[in-house]
Amino acid sequence: MPKGRVEIHEKYCKSCGLCVAVCPTKVLRISEKTNTKGYRPVEQFKEGCIGCALCAVTCPDAAIEVFKTEE
Amino acid sequence: MGRVLMKGTEAIAEAAIQAGCKFFFGYPITPQNEIPEYMSAHLPEVGGTYVQAESEVASINMVMGGGATGYRVMTSSSSPGISLMSEGISYIAGSEIPAVIVNVMRAGPGLGGILPGQADYLQSTKGGGNGDYNLIVLAPSTLQECVDLTQLSFELAQKYRNPVMVAADGFMGQMMEAVEIHPSATRDDPADTTWGLGFMGERGGKRSHLHSLFLTPEPLEAHNRRLQEKYGRIKETEQRCETYHVEDAELLIAAYGTTARISRSAVNNLRAEGLKVGMIRPITLWPYPTDAFQALPDGIRHILVAEMNAGQMIDDVKVATNCRYPVSFYGRTGGFAPSVKEIEDECRRLLAL
Amino acid sequence: MSEVKIYARPVSWMPDVSSHYCPGCGHGIAHRLVCESIDELGIQNDTIGVASVGCSAMIYDYIDIDYCEAPHGRAPAVATGLKTVRPDKIVFTYQGDGDLASIGMGEIVHAANRGQNITVVFINNAIYGMTGGQMAPTTLLGQKATTCPLGRDEKVNGYPIRVSEMLATLPAPGYIARVSVAQPKYTIKAKAAIKKAFQNQIDGKGFSLVEVLSSCPTNWGMRPVESFDWLISTMMPYYPLGTFKDFD
Repeated sequence: MPKGRVEIHEKYCKSCGLCVAVCPTKVLRISEKTNTKGYRPVEQFKEGCIGCALCAVTCPDAAIEVFKTEE
Repeated sequence: MGRVLMKGTEAIAEAAIQAGCKFFFGYPITPQNEIPEYMSAHLPEVGGTYVQAESEVASINMVMGGGATGYRVMTSSSSPGISLMSEGISYIAGSEIPAVIVNVMRAGPGLGGILPGQADYLQSTKGGGNGDYNLIVLAPSTLQECVDLTQLSFELAQKYRNPVMVAADGFMGQMMEAVEIHPSATRDDPADTTWGLGFMGERGGKRSHLHSLFLTPEPLEAHNRRLQEKYGRIKETEQRCETYHVEDAELLIAAYGTTARISRSAVNNLRAEGLKVGMIRPITLWPYPTDAFQALPDGIRHILVAEMNAGQMIDDVKVATNCRYPVSFYGRTGGFAPSVKEIEDECRRLLAL
Repeated sequence: MSEVKIYARPVSWMPDVSSHYCPGCGHGIAHRLVCESIDELGIQNDTIGVASVGCSAMIYDYIDIDYCEAPHGRAPAVATGLKTVRPDKIVFTYQGDGDLASIGMGEIVHAANRGQNITVVFINNAIYGMTGGQMAPTTLLGQKATTCPLGRDEKVNGYPIRVSEMLATLPAPGYIARVSVAQPKYTIKAKAAIKKAFQNQIDGKGFSLVEVLSSCPTNWGMRPVESFDWLISTMMPYYPLGTFKDFD
């Protein structure tokens, strides 16, 4: 499987959960942290990201950047 | 171009082209149809564009977009059409976009009639649209003045980034007179790239954003203060007025536009009879020429306001003179203008009081 | 092995700004697709946006390009003025369904009918968002809104308007498509349509409109994920996706 990772700009995240719902490998979740707007930002909580970027494609706040490791 | 006999509406249109206006957004309404017709025929000759809008609501918003580029744009209409434009005019003023709007006024209210009127005085000078804003309003009294004030309106619009209205009544639009039309010295001036939309590259990637929306009160009040400061500067520097035989006048007629032409004849006739009658003629209806009214001599016993409406300028005269003189009114509506004789008779009646 | 960034925040998205939109609102997705199109076409310095009235009135706070405001519904007229004077610039409007399909129906029909060389991004979320969830011209039959609390009744309120199909009956407009942002698979197609609508203008082809089916979780009274499910199950059957007209 390709290997990827996401970087979540927590200050923009509004914890709408759309990215969590569309992630095919279910590596995202809403965290226990609180950002300056009072939302609980999404986090990648385990390995298994494949760098498909579906989370970023669906994020309404452009809060997600995606990296992919090329072999 | 030498002296030529032209219809008022066509003179206004040619004057605008000679002032560097290349873009016109119009919608038909009587009695101003010759302006869009002239523009549609002649703008292509100077590389310009005429767009026929689907309504006055659309044409004024096309003017808003066109003016937002910093280039000279224009529309024209007549009273009911101006009512439809009032929303857009408020936005244009609030967004500080230069625009020229010609109103060939007809008789109202409502659909009214297609004959001349001056009943848009209050709409033009006191608002029309929502919010605290002012239009610069110019009222020509001859066709040469239609030409000159149309050209001036483009300069003032650009200078103050404000909409300017040429308030010509239907007589001004439909009569013919000899005029001279020269190119404005500023006709080829480039658009102001410091704020004009479409010059982001020229600004080195700094965007321009023209808007009237400020959702929080602090910036909206600051915006209003800035606008009021600008209107204050316009009031200080742009008042225009003609006085005629005021020095020894006992009775003064206050009139503008076509009514001022008629009043001038009445003044001449009454002077020939030895009656001391004069006239004060506001050329800028906004800013109101308060300075000229303040400077009127003390010997005046009475001011007669004459208009083609039911008495819309009376309050401005009273305020501009601090109610120093008694003020009364004579006017006609429905498309009639007061006749020279009617004004003379009213003057004689007032002088006999 | 080397790591590359494959998805970045768009350059034309205003730096360091968080939007005022509710969590899960589709406006943010559509804004991002506009930004990505502007970035990829390299037109940031040459694009003039026209903001409309509604939730997206403050789109100019999020996209770093020249911007003009328009009164409610009048964005296509303002865009016509801009494009007439600056045919060398890329002019687009971004309008919601209340703005475009109700108060602004006259302006959009005539801009389309003139074949005006502009791009229109039309957000259809079947409700008035900014004012608090009133019935829109696009509200579905039976859908509840604050001004049709028992649900839209065609006998009183008429039927929801299919703007794309209606405009596609005109000869002048060149490209009219309906897309959705309900799932990534739709959003990827939506991006392609929006980018194409800008490319059409660059190529001087004429009027392009992309209708974007979007969500309003707050006024629909749903969680974001649930709202996108409703969009697919209930909106998309009435508003079918597809290209209704194309230049080619």
